[in-house]
Amino acid sequence: MTDLLPLIVAKYNYWLYVILMMIGLYAMIAKNNLIKKLVGMNIFQTAIILFYVSIGYKTDATIPIIQNAHGGQGAHSAAIHAADYINPLPHVLMLTAIVVSVATFGVAMALAVRIYQRYQTLEEDELRMRLADIGPEK
Amino acid sequence: METIISIKPLLAVLVSLFVIPVLISSSGKPNVRESWIFVAGAIKLILVLSMLPVILEGKQIALTLFEFAPGAAIAFRVDGLGMLFAIVAASLYIVTSVYSIGYMRGLDEHGQTRFVSFFALAISATIGAAFSANLLTLYLFYEILSLATYPLVAHHQDKKSRISGRRYLTFILGTSIALVLPAMIYCYHVTGTLEFSTAGIFSDQLSKPAATVLLLMFVFGFAKAGIMPFHSWLPAAMVAPTPVSALLHAVAVVKVGVFSIVRVMTGIFGVDLLSNFNLGVVVMSIASVTILVGSCIALSQDELKRRLAYSTISQLSYIIFGVALLSPQGLLGGVIHIVMHAFGKITLFFCAGAIYVATGKKYISQMSGLGKKMPFTFAAFFIGALGVIGLPPSGGFYSKWNLILGTLEAQQTIFMVVLLVSSFLNAFYFLPIVYKGFFGKSEEEDDNVPVKIQEANLCLVIPLMITAVISIVLFFYPTVFVNLIKVGLGI
Amino acid sequence: MDNYPALIVIAPLLAALLAGLAVWIKERLSYPIALMGLAVSTFSAFKVLMQVIDSGTIQYKMAGWTPPMGIEYRIDLLNAMVLLLVSSIAFLNLLASYKSVEIETNDRAGSFYTIYLLFVTGLLGVTATGDLFNLYVLIEITSLTSYAMVALGDRDRGPLASLNYVFIGVIGASFYLLGVGYLYLKTGSLNMLDVANILSGIHGSSTVLVAFILMMIGIWIKMALFPMHVWLPNAYTYSPVAFARIVAPLMTKVMVYVMIRLLITVFGFDYVFETLNLADAVVWLATIAVLAGGVMALSQKNLKKMLTYIIVCEIGYMVGGAWLGNQLGMTGAILHILNDALMTFALFLAVGNMVYKLKTVDLIDLKGLFGKMPWTMAGFVLAAFSIIGVPPTCGFFSKWYLILGAFEAGAYHFAGALIISSLICAVLFFKVFEICFFEPMPEEHGHVDSHSHVIIEEAPVSMLIVSGFVSLSLIVVGLYSGTIVNTIILPFLK
Repeated sequence: MTDLLPLIVAKYNYWLYVILMMIGLYAMIAKNNLIKKLVGMNIFQTAIILFYVSIGYKTDATIPIIQNAHGGQGAHSAAIHAADYINPLPHVLMLTAIVVSVATFGVAMALAVRIYQRYQTLEEDELRMRLADIGPEK
Repeated sequence: METIISIKPLLAVLVSLFVIPVLISSSGKPNVRESWIFVAGAIKLILVLSMLPVILEGKQIALTLFEFAPGAAIAFRVDGLGMLFAIVAASLYIVTSVYSIGYMRGLDEHGQTRFVSFFALAISATIGAAFSANLLTLYLFYEILSLATYPLVAHHQDKKSRISGRRYLTFILGTSIALVLPAMIYCYHVTGTLEFSTAGIFSDQLSKPAATVLLLMFVFGFAKAGIMPFHSWLPAAMVAPTPVSALLHAVAVVKVGVFSIVRVMTGIFGVDLLSNFNLGVVVMSIASVTILVGSCIALSQDELKRRLAYSTISQLSYIIFGVALLSPQGLLGGVIHIVMHAFGKITLFFCAGAIYVATGKKYISQMSGLGKKMPFTFAAFFIGALGVIGLPPSGGFYSKWNLILGTLEAQQTIFMVVLLVSSFLNAFYFLPIVYKGFFGKSEEEDDNVPVKIQEANLCLVIPLMITAVISIVLFFYPTVFVNLIKVGLGI
Repeated sequence: MDNYPALIVIAPLLAALLAGLAVWIKERLSYPIALMGLAVSTFSAFKVLMQVIDSGTIQYKMAGWTPPMGIEYRIDLLNAMVLLLVSSIAFLNLLASYKSVEIETNDRAGSFYTIYLLFVTGLLGVTATGDLFNLYVLIEITSLTSYAMVALGDRDRGPLASLNYVFIGVIGASFYLLGVGYLYLKTGSLNMLDVANILSGIHGSSTVLVAFILMMIGIWIKMALFPMHVWLPNAYTYSPVAFARIVAPLMTKVMVYVMIRLLITVFGFDYVFETLNLADAVVWLATIAVLAGGVMALSQKNLKKMLTYIIVCEIGYMVGGAWLGNQLGMTGAILHILNDALMTFALFLAVGNMVYKLKTVDLIDLKGLFGKMPWTMAGFVLAAFSIIGVPPTCGFFSKWYLILGAFEAGAYHFAGALIISSLICAVLFFKVFEICFFEPMPEEHGHVDSHSHVIIEEAPVSMLIVSGFVSLSLIVVGLYSGTIVNTIILPFLK
């Protein structure tokens, strides 16, 4: 236990995303309402996005935009140190991942609407009963 | 040994396969369809026979089609043993085709095109198995044969044939997948080849327990040979139309099983390895049990075809028995029994079918006095029975004689007793049928009215006469087959 | 012309856009557009395969950016083979789909083709890419399109099956993405080759281990390895037949390809089989998957659903083979990607024909089908034999390698499971055959004596031709498996 605490404090960002992920996973598994499940799914995806974002972070670094890179005052006056800039790549990747997660969410919402139109409910147990009423598979 | 590369084995296999589309397209015209069967059958026989002289000179004909992995190819190699089996199957195919025309039309069966098509496929697979150069190819044709005969067994499409068909597949397909396939792959795993060779493919990779297990997997796995306890598919398969029972379940299918076991014993293990490990006795014991028990059960059967089936089970084990003797005489006797039993048993089945078509009778108890109505059929039945029992002047005597000599040669006197006892049993279950047929009285018979001869139609009678005659001829001239065996096994 | 690698993926993508546009202009145009796109793609895939066989791996740099900065398509023998497989199956399926799509998707054929093409684009991209993050995005493209497709199918159950698929699919993809994150943390690169080079120095790292496990679990969920298979049967059963026919053979197989790619190219044989001690456990898992898939298939009453469980079973074959840790097992797994895709395709084509005529394919609906649809059944029988593993169909030969590999690795339980699954499949299919062969057609078709006068009512010729062609190809591929192994798989594994 003595080792664990410093570990948590030192890497608290990772622990945060793990907790978020678990919350999301819990909602996806345990919730009865489909929309709540969807929300859980979104939390789950966001946790991973946050993880990536925190990978790129460096202490005392700034955003990776080189001032006056295209000439002007003070252009290339000092050497550029990579350590001064946070890593932009994970952030860029996450733009794509966000697009993917939004698209997934959209499709899932559309499906939920379809289900609601057909059965007038979004509760899983009620849906299961309705399906049983339809009888054996077509 | 000289090897000739030729495409003939492939053609011999494919002829019946190619004719199937023609058969299907001429399904509306039975006569056209049937004539195509004969054309294909004749071409096949000619192709097979054209290879005979070369083989008798001690050469081999080989053709590799697809090299799948080193040592495992789809390939043909015609040697004495394969030639012997191919001649039997191809020649009897033609005879059976004549017979099946008479039978199927006589009973006005449904689905005749399907019937002849799968029959052709089955015969293709049989010839393929005969010409296989390695275990992989043999397994391939073995499986094709199992599947091609299923629709034939289940031909009537009723409840009874459904149950029988299920049992047929369970035993035949089940054992080949569960036992032969892993055993074969294990052989390849150990040796890196599956090519048959008289010396065997193992050098010293196998311990005795491993070799025993492997051999037993093969012997039981090729369940078409009807070794007990994997025999009960054969009586079940008797629901099939009689031509199927005659050609497939007395000659082609069951003999492919036996042939496979013979091939594995002589070509994969090799006689030397088997006698070093003393495994011959193991196989011989298994075969003896099947011989005796099969004969005993045959005694108790009243349905003629089922009695013939149990007789077949017991006779098949003679062949395995002979090979397991591992002595030249035993090998000769065992392998030539493939030929002798084929002609004898097919005659018996033809007779059973002819009786059924002519009178509708299936049970032996109904058949007393029938010999007077159907003298030719019963005469042929007598000759066939002689062949199976192994009495002169039929070919069966030649094989039995050699088998008994083989037991003496291998100094296995106890096993000689098995043969003798079994021959007695054979006589007990066949000769009363003939006796009652000729001298018994049927219920409807009236003493005052002379009995009229009422044979089945000619298409049925001629084939059975032919096979009966050949059965006798083989007693006097077995030379060709003997030479083939000597060439094939190098004895 | 050196742009074939790009063309494989771009042609269907462009066609998807055009087909989408055509919905507003003239909906009938979308079918020929889709056909054109996939034809170009298939042709390019063929060209690329020939090129790779002749002159080795192709590295195609998108827009000229060099890796590790730019995105690279790296096409070696393995993915050249899978590319050709995917594009040709997609093309053939489209040929057979015209009529059934019109019936099943009522008036939404245009959107169907658009999504279909996007799905194929995704699969092709997954196969072609040499970049780990790109792989994630492309996997999600295929998944998204298949969610939509499943929802297009059965009106009652499709959307719900699809939503469950979404949940599990997202978990799988997220695990994979997380694994990539860890890998990036350690290596600072996303290019597969680059990552592999850096990884070879840091095999002991626990971060790499976590990355590996996360990625594997993600991929296993996507490929429906037992016990992560629960989404698959419903999703595939309730999707439109024209889509089931392509998703069933391809989706899981492409995921198996991804797994093999990760094992061999990214993490490397040394890492997976020498540093880690997981192989035994995974082979056991695969053994259970094979058996469980078979047993679950036995209890199904609907033909389509039964086949989906067979897919679960076959996934076990490939995962087990790949994890045996020897060349024979890997050969078997790769060969089985090809074979299983073909035979599942053939099975589903036959089922598609049945659905076209019968509407439903519960086992009891199949009575007397040998008489009614002889050609369809012929194709079905061939494909079934291939699944059972009857020579000379291709299923036998991959099973051969898998069992041989199992013997070599001493994994006798896996070999046993393969044999038992063959037996189970034999039981399964002969159960179907018995119904089709012995039981007469129902009365409403008007024939009491169905044996003698059966009226043949077959599916449209286009469907029959494709079905027959694919079924025959099972035998051809089987006979030439030696050639395939020697020219594609063994050189790749060297």
